[in-house]
Amino acid sequence: MSELKTLYQDIILDHNKSPRNFKKLENANRHAEGYNPLCGDHYNIYLRVENDIIQEVSFEGAGCAISKASASVMSSLLKGKTKAEAEELIHVFHKLVTGDADPMEELDRLGKLAAFAGVSEFPARVKCASLAWHTLRAALENKNDVISTEK
Amino acid sequence: MKVAAETIAPLTSKDTLDVGRIRADFPILNRKVNGKPLVYLDNAATTQKPSVVVESLRRYYLEENSNIHRGVHYLSQKATEGYEGTRKKMRTFINAPDAHEIIFVRGTTEGINLVAHSFVRERIKPGEEILITGMEHHSNIVPWQIVCEMTGAHLRVVPINDKGEIIMEEYEKRLTPKVKFVSIVHISNSLGTVNPVKQMIEMAHAHDIPVLIDGAQTVSHKKVDVQDLDCDFFVFSGHKMFGPTGIGILFGKSEYLEQMPPYQGGGDMIKSVTFEKTIYNDLPYKFEAGTPNIAGVIALGSAVDYINGIGLDSIYAYEQDLLAYATAAVLGVDGLRIIGTAKNKSAVISFMLEDVHPHDIGTIIDAEGVAIRTGHHCTQPVMQRFGIPATARASFAVYNTKDEVDALIRGIDKARKVFQ
Repeated sequence: MSELKTLYQDIILDHNKSPRNFKKLENANRHAEGYNPLCGDHYNIYLRVENDIIQEVSFEGAGCAISKASASVMSSLLKGKTKAEAEELIHVFHKLVTGDADPMEELDRLGKLAAFAGVSEFPARVKCASLAWHTLRAALENKNDVISTEK
Repeated sequence: MKVAAETIAPLTSKDTLDVGRIRADFPILNRKVNGKPLVYLDNAATTQKPSVVVESLRRYYLEENSNIHRGVHYLSQKATEGYEGTRKKMRTFINAPDAHEIIFVRGTTEGINLVAHSFVRERIKPGEEILITGMEHHSNIVPWQIVCEMTGAHLRVVPINDKGEIIMEEYEKRLTPKVKFVSIVHISNSLGTVNPVKQMIEMAHAHDIPVLIDGAQTVSHKKVDVQDLDCDFFVFSGHKMFGPTGIGILFGKSEYLEQMPPYQGGGDMIKSVTFEKTIYNDLPYKFEAGTPNIAGVIALGSAVDYINGIGLDSIYAYEQDLLAYATAAVLGVDGLRIIGTAKNKSAVISFMLEDVHPHDIGTIIDAEGVAIRTGHHCTQPVMQRFGIPATARASFAVYNTKDEVDALIRGIDKARKVFQ
């Protein structure tokens, strides 16, 4: 149960229950769709990027608590970030959930994302946590293909 | 433990089954997972293996390993006896008319692919149809899509109702002269529905359409008699009936198997080979190219002995009782909905919990030592039919107990609390 507690942190439960920025962004100029065919998790990420800065971000879709909270926390961190800063966040998050980063050392950069450190103990759930982030990268690159966890 | 399965006395008296004794035959059931006793409820994915099956594999490799149908030496004969002995046991197990109608394949999937390519693809013409149902496993969908793509035939699907039952009027309607083959699952792995296959075969035969039955979820739960069913093909996997992975059975009626070209070429499937002309071997060897999974076949024989030792009638009665208990128990959980409520069901319960995604249930209950499956169960069209992304599924075997059902309920309660 102690490991479970580290997976289902309060922040994660809260963002799952009340996801932030959970809507379609009507004036988005970047969009990507992410899908995990193994479990059916499915999200759309919308961005409005102007002068290389993310002005607005939103997402909609459905999936498990880990995937939804991950998308929600992600959306709450992106506003005002440059594309490069967002890329850096994607990189750090990936390291965190695959167990390649020490959350204590990276606390400054991680902030709220540190709540996802427990995911690395559950290899079967890494894809849940990563889905929104892969989709974000595709949106930033303005790729219109559906991003799948199984490619 | 060195006990030949044949020497085990029947475990059952008239109506009761000694589940304690059965559990003792499966050493893995004694282990702990995440510090809790393992509660294994993922039997529709694969069943656990009794010691006799593992012992059979061990004995083959350590004491009898040799290739079959080749040498005149002692070990080769021993291996051949074990291999062909299992074929005879499988014939009896499903009451096939002849042992040469039992083809060893890798599993249900390979069996379906063999029939798809050596039988259906050979005969079907552009515009003709293959009929399946809305509750098929991907392994009984994709091979037919491939055949359709190669031949210009069309795949037609019989819809299912909200309980997860085949709509028989719709089936009848789709049995048109265009249909050249019907392939249906006996028991749904994701819904638990037991389909009225005998009736469905009869209906197809009235139109001279041959039928394949996917029996993957049947054989360790319910007695099968292929002559009574009158199915033209019947396929199943060893690993879902307490046997090893990588071995399965294709039963086919001789009249069809004789007409079919080989699925693969190689050793053992020939009578004579010259560069000009090869003469294929007789049944069943025509379909068993290359050195087969000898150890797997021999161990599958032990698995069949094991099942026979308990008796499928007792197993069926025991599991139906467990299913009734488990169904009532899960329905007692607030916000829980069962997907698949057919009148005639096998011991499989797929469910959704309000506000808790199946994957989260799976992870939380795994921490309690309870193994269930979450996801689409290789039946994505079933998920689409019910408008859901996934389910959590508890699937039972003869070694499961009511105490384990209670552990499942405690796990679900824990998941609810985490997400409250």
